[in-house]
Amino acid sequence: MDVKILIVGVGGQGTVLASKIIGEAAQLAGLDVKQSEVHGMAQRGGSVVTHVKFGDDVYSPLVEPGQADYVLAFEQLEGLRWISHLAASGKLICSTQQIMPMPVITGAAKYPEDIESKFREAGVDYLMLDAIDTAGRLGEKRAANVVLLGALARHLEIGREIWQQAIRNVVKKRAVDVNLQAFDCGWNC
Amino acid sequence: MIVIKKLMSGNEAIARGFYEAGGHAATAYPGTPSTEILEHISQYPEIYSEWSVNEKVAVEVAQGFSMAGARSLAAMKHVGVNVAADPLFTMAYSGVNGGFVLVSADDPGMHSSQDEQDNRYYARFMKMLLLEPSDSQEAKQMVIDGLEMSEKLDLPVILRTTTRISHSQGLVELGERKEVGLRSYEKRPDKFVMMPANARRLRVTLDQRLAEAGEFSETYPGNRVIPGDGKFAVITSGIAYQYAREVFGQQATYLKLSMTNPAPRKMITDFISRHDNVLVIEEGEPFLEEQIKFWGLKVTGKERLPAVGELSAAIIAERILGGQKYSPAVNAVEGLPQRPPVMCPACPHRGVYFLLAKKKPIITGDIGCYTLGALPPLNAMDTCICMGASITAAIGIKQMLPDRKVVATIGDSTFLHSGLTGLVDAIYKKSNIVVLILDNHITGMTGHQQNPATGLTIRNNPTNRVVIEDVVKACGVENVQVVDAYDLAAVESALDQALAADRLSVIIARRACALIVKDKGKPYWIDSDKCKRCRACMRIGCPAISYADNLVSIDGNICNACGVCRQMCKFGALQEG
Ligand SMILES: Cc1ncc(C[n+]2csc(CCOP(=O)(O)OP(=O)(O)O)c2C)c(N)n1
Repeated sequence: MDVKILIVGVGGQGTVLASKIIGEAAQLAGLDVKQSEVHGMAQRGGSVVTHVKFGDDVYSPLVEPGQADYVLAFEQLEGLRWISHLAASGKLICSTQQIMPMPVITGAAKYPEDIESKFREAGVDYLMLDAIDTAGRLGEKRAANVVLLGALARHLEIGREIWQQAIRNVVKKRAVDVNLQAFDCGWNC
Repeated sequence: MIVIKKLMSGNEAIARGFYEAGGHAATAYPGTPSTEILEHISQYPEIYSEWSVNEKVAVEVAQGFSMAGARSLAAMKHVGVNVAADPLFTMAYSGVNGGFVLVSADDPGMHSSQDEQDNRYYARFMKMLLLEPSDSQEAKQMVIDGLEMSEKLDLPVILRTTTRISHSQGLVELGERKEVGLRSYEKRPDKFVMMPANARRLRVTLDQRLAEAGEFSETYPGNRVIPGDGKFAVITSGIAYQYAREVFGQQATYLKLSMTNPAPRKMITDFISRHDNVLVIEEGEPFLEEQIKFWGLKVTGKERLPAVGELSAAIIAERILGGQKYSPAVNAVEGLPQRPPVMCPACPHRGVYFLLAKKKPIITGDIGCYTLGALPPLNAMDTCICMGASITAAIGIKQMLPDRKVVATIGDSTFLHSGLTGLVDAIYKKSNIVVLILDNHITGMTGHQQNPATGLTIRNNPTNRVVIEDVVKACGVENVQVVDAYDLAAVESALDQALAADRLSVIIARRACALIVKDKGKPYWIDSDKCKRCRACMRIGCPAISYADNLVSIDGNICNACGVCRQMCKFGALQEG
């Protein structure tokens, strides 16, 4: 097994937590793991990307263009920005959430219309998911990241109990229950 | 024996290494990508740790630890080493008592920095030992090795990481802490009093110590050949090793270097003599390559690989193998809107910059979240060079352009880091500038570290608080105003007063960073019956407010309820909660 995942979104959306849980789960499954994330400036509402790789031996922590087995996108425009990292057999899992970037807010640029159709036209294997709504129904919109994670986890060769353990290990105690529920919602979607 | 492995970032692994090596005391000033090193160290109760007010102070305090016999560490981002360079150069002359490791976290690609200087040159320039880990496990090990070699060779060590080492996670084997006592303290003016007579003598021993370190480097296990099929021969270090390994796998034989100053000359000469067409693959400047070519050996490096920006497996593959090892299966979509970083919803800097820009002074900026005021729609900054340079640049500009109004904007942490000396200079020069201190009670940009103005330690314990307005007044500034950054009317009247004054004025715009405020209040919303679509509320550039289909709306998922937008609306359309 040799899996390469790119998690993309907007600074502040919780991509780092999702990658932490993946890393933890892969380690519990006895695999070598590397991940790379960006801290600092971009976390203030800029485009953020986290690379996660696990398998028998991992060298570079970065996922190159055309190599990602999965792109997990927390925001539509960011999903679109990174489709060129998908491998031919890769899959995109994308939140329907849209966050307007400042050039759109100031009128200097336009937010692309109907992004889903762009995925279709490009021939991308994708799944769109209203993760905020799902998490909102659990009473915790901030768990949207774990809903998305659940939707990804179902495709990976790591058992569900391992994922649940990983969530328990990583998430703050009082948020464990809602995150386990969020994970299930994603897994079952 | 069971080996326990933990997934750790390079920064966490450095902290772990310091702990296992029996490290006694550490300092740092925050700066991406180095910040988490001290945060992780602070979680080990065995180690004394504290934020310093700036990097020069961090190094000097840590040198004090070392003089006192302690194993010590100071961590900072690459540009922080510029600030600390003065004590560091001399430290190589004097050497150490307890082992000393300086962690320099460089930022190739400038993810969060104003330059991408390759600090490996500092090691050569300062004549220090240099270690370059290529993953978290090595980062941990090299702190342990570094402290030992520092004591053995009587030299300071630079452990140089990059963003992809500091902020990548990998599995690390955990070891036990090995307690080492403080080395005894003896008065040693011959070693630590750097008067010319002593310095001249130490200058000679410095080269002797370095020559000895060169021999050490030949046998240091971190410098080693990794055999392969030998189709390619590669000399590499740091993260570049991982990228090269990703590209060439078993096809290449690698000389993987970890101790790169002094580099193992015999080992390198021997490797080159055994292989044809040796490639030097390193990220950034041709640091190794220049050294190797200076020795008269033949290698290829930056003729084929870029010095600018981050290296990657894809770049190496394209430049060396040609062809399309990593080509996209799906083409990238061109012309998408960029997503630059922005001030967060409810950032207290936003309204202040909006008002300031309206007054059209020359605005000298500084480094922090408030640098984002330079971007549209606020466009409220003329200059931003390095930490502390807002006040000093303002002094210079005002002196040359006396008819212009000049306002220096600077954050609380930055003010204490290196703004204070500039303010004293402004007082001394009778400079008629306005200094606007943006006090959000925290060091924001780097992820919320305490500083002397917050009155809390790295472990969140109360300590002495430096009160900025008291300091400013004590320095001799008479016209000092403190305002709530969310109160636009108050900020505007303070600005008007200061801009009209014919003397140095300081305004402290105070309000906690929205991200550290727990109780945020309910998001605002827009009453579309009252809204005239004038979009005045959007002129402050809040990412929570947008306009589409003839409707201005607030994204309740991200609004943090500061109410600044409401003060922009003449029609009472913005509603609370
Ligand atoms: C010499 C140097 N050290 C550290 C940094 C990293 N750094 C960038 S901004 C910043 C602190 C900003 O804090 P503050 O001035 O309080 O402003 P805020 O971000 O909270 O608005 C730091 C430490 C740097 N750029 N240069």
